[in-house]
Amino acid sequence: MSTQAVLFDAPGPRARLRHRILTAVGAILVIGIAYVVYLQFQKAGQLKAFMWEPFVTDPDVWTSYLIPGLKGTFTAAGISIVLAVVFGLLFGMGRLSPFAPLRWFCSVIVEFFRAVPVLLMMVFAYFGYFATSNLVPNQHAPLAAVVTALTLYNGAVIAELVRSGVHGLPKGQSEAGLSVGLTSGQVLRSIQLPQALTAMLPALVGQLVVVLKDSALGYGITYLELLNWSKTLGSAYANTVPAYIVAGILFIVINYTLTRFAVYLEGRMKKRRARA
Amino acid sequence: MGDIFADYDVLGAVWVTIQLSILGSIGALILGTIVAVLRVSPVAVLRGLGTSYVNTFRNLPLTLLMVFSILGLSFILQLSVSDDFARNAFWWAAIMLAVYHAAYICEALRSGVNTVPVGQAEAARSIGLGFGQSLREVILPQAFRGAIAPLGSVIIALIKNSTVAAVIGVGDSAGLLQVITENEGASLPTFFFFAMVFVVLTLPIGLWTTSLSRKLAVKR
Repeated sequence: MSTQAVLFDAPGPRARLRHRILTAVGAILVIGIAYVVYLQFQKAGQLKAFMWEPFVTDPDVWTSYLIPGLKGTFTAAGISIVLAVVFGLLFGMGRLSPFAPLRWFCSVIVEFFRAVPVLLMMVFAYFGYFATSNLVPNQHAPLAAVVTALTLYNGAVIAELVRSGVHGLPKGQSEAGLSVGLTSGQVLRSIQLPQALTAMLPALVGQLVVVLKDSALGYGITYLELLNWSKTLGSAYANTVPAYIVAGILFIVINYTLTRFAVYLEGRMKKRRARA
Repeated sequence: MGDIFADYDVLGAVWVTIQLSILGSIGALILGTIVAVLRVSPVAVLRGLGTSYVNTFRNLPLTLLMVFSILGLSFILQLSVSDDFARNAFWWAAIMLAVYHAAYICEALRSGVNTVPVGQAEAARSIGLGFGQSLREVILPQAFRGAIAPLGSVIIALIKNSTVAAVIGVGDSAGLLQVITENEGASLPTFFFFAMVFVVLTLPIGLWTTSLSRKLAVKR
């Protein structure tokens, strides 16, 4: 049900008046919140020009702090999403296997990693293994822990996407494959998976947003991503609050763009399906 | 593994996780319902307010909100909830959990509204019910039933995300796991214990909301 069109009628004179009053109340609310924020910032001396100007005037803010931060965030998220797709495909296929023990094993793994908080895995991987051993070069230990945790969690989520994508296909697809003599493994690989992967593309882009946001958890284990760099930026320029606000805006812009892209992909797919 | 219980306050940390989850859930449900009502209201300004709330908090990392609440709001803007440092971090963690997940609660409720067929609202209006009446008597009762499963997922995500509080020094499960691992080295049994805490906390909620959503599903 498209919410806006049907929940209410075209307003009559009395409803229009009521809406106007509510509009005024809403506007006062918004202005009121903005004013309280402004007062609080003013009182704490957070509106001084030297705190905000560097973001425009000093290229150093970007080249030495924010861009390395973004690079850290994107590196962790990029590696994790690729590995998570591999993990998800393997375990998603495992859960669809006709061989029951393999199916159970994959189900247990997937359900376990979906239920465990990402930070728990990250902390354990970092302090338990990567920081104290030579599995990876020392300077890459935080990155390795971030990637491990993000891969396991998101891989499990993607495995579920794969499974539900295959289950969502019409039964005729696999029946047609079986009837021309393909084995069930061949049906899965050459008929069901390609269709399921296309269908889950929007959800995959949506998952990328989750990975980007969760990579900020690396802050807790000294991984140098955007949040950590903004903290350093805040101490260097004595503008902690503005630094976090700018970092927040960067996160919002990136993730919002990705979300819109996912919505666009979904719409395009729906259209294509309607034509087919 | 046995000494861990003797040497560390494991149950205390689990209790902090449970407290954060409960406080965060209550806050998120209340705030999320308000935002959802704003988002479906017929007034453009209020709708815009709800939409920007959702877009802001769904796209920010929870870690950033938590860190900002301590380093930004408490230290610099002097917005402390409590004079005690630990209590302050705990309450800010609960508040940020609520604020962050309210955006998801709102979207879950809206997805519930979307499960109600158009005919229901049209029928309500054709017998002369107004906006408030048709919302109260016809749409929302069905919408809540349709939203139970997604609401359950949001609460489960909230319980797991309560670990982020460890980043600002709240001694919850993740915080204690970090301390134990740093002091005693990696111990898989300890990790599995804490992992199982979350399985035990989230599994019943998942099963319960799934069965409830089936039981209460509106037959169409």
